[in-house]
Amino acid sequence: MRELALHILDVLENAVEAGATRITLTIEEDSSCDRFTFTVRDNGRGMPPELAARVLDPFVTTRQTRHVGLGLPLLAAAAERAGGGVQVRSEPGRGTEVSATFRLRHWDRAPLGDLPGTLLALILGKEGVHLTYLHRVDGREFRLDTAELRQALGEVPLTHPSVRRWLQEYLQEGIAGLERPVE
Amino acid sequence: MPKIKSLDDLRRIREEAQQDLRVRLETGTRIIVGMGTCGIAAGARDVMRAILEELDRRKIDAHVETVGCIGMCSCEPLVDIEQAGHARVTYRNIKPDMVPRLIEEHLINGRVVEEWVVGRLPAS
Repeated sequence: MRELALHILDVLENAVEAGATRITLTIEEDSSCDRFTFTVRDNGRGMPPELAARVLDPFVTTRQTRHVGLGLPLLAAAAERAGGGVQVRSEPGRGTEVSATFRLRHWDRAPLGDLPGTLLALILGKEGVHLTYLHRVDGREFRLDTAELRQALGEVPLTHPSVRRWLQEYLQEGIAGLERPVE
Repeated sequence: MPKIKSLDDLRRIREEAQQDLRVRLETGTRIIVGMGTCGIAAGARDVMRAILEELDRRKIDAHVETVGCIGMCSCEPLVDIEQAGHARVTYRNIKPDMVPRLIEEHLINGRVVEEWVVGRLPAS
């Protein structure tokens, strides 16, 4: 995949497929350590240890139909190419945590890409899921919690066109603000 | 640096949106985008964004949601359109630049774009 944001979307969709109702995405960019990390933690079904140990192997999947199982192996290959790796921790009935690390300035690290588009695809496409998104870049932080948004909106859904437009601009401004040089 | 949007904006939107909420809830159009690994790799996220932009541009009310892989990976990105009382139509290999025609033909003119169809489910 050409962007890290696409890998992130894939891991987020895995969490939804595992029945998660609450997902936390944390992204940390630390230029002093030359490190980029993203972590997706969910409260889905989780996996037994023997399966969790094999999910980075191609074609390992929990699906009973449509066996494919390439998302995490592709992510692991991308991370390893960029001097990092992927860790998966899971507990049946409690959830799963997938953490991918890359060297921030590595030549082969894919760009982050369209992260607002990725977050919108999850937030708008899966209305029942609560997402907490935390993004830190060299100590600066941007945060979004869909539970807080829902509280502010009451009965108006996140998918309402006016809310959708607000969300898109909010995410674009917030994420762009993290990348601007400190004045 | 531009002033960042705040939750106060959302409270204002809430007041305005309540007026058309009843109409929205009665809208029977669903657009479903395949967002499994295969769909994502084939460009489904950008297709979803194009659909949202086209709906906004034409002021069409439809519910857009995502699903995982349905096993037709070579046909991704897959887009289903379901309208109350009509068959659910599945379109294959949809790219962002195909979205304006898809929305105009299917949702506005009520004509299925036959050359892009890969399957149909009868109306429930």
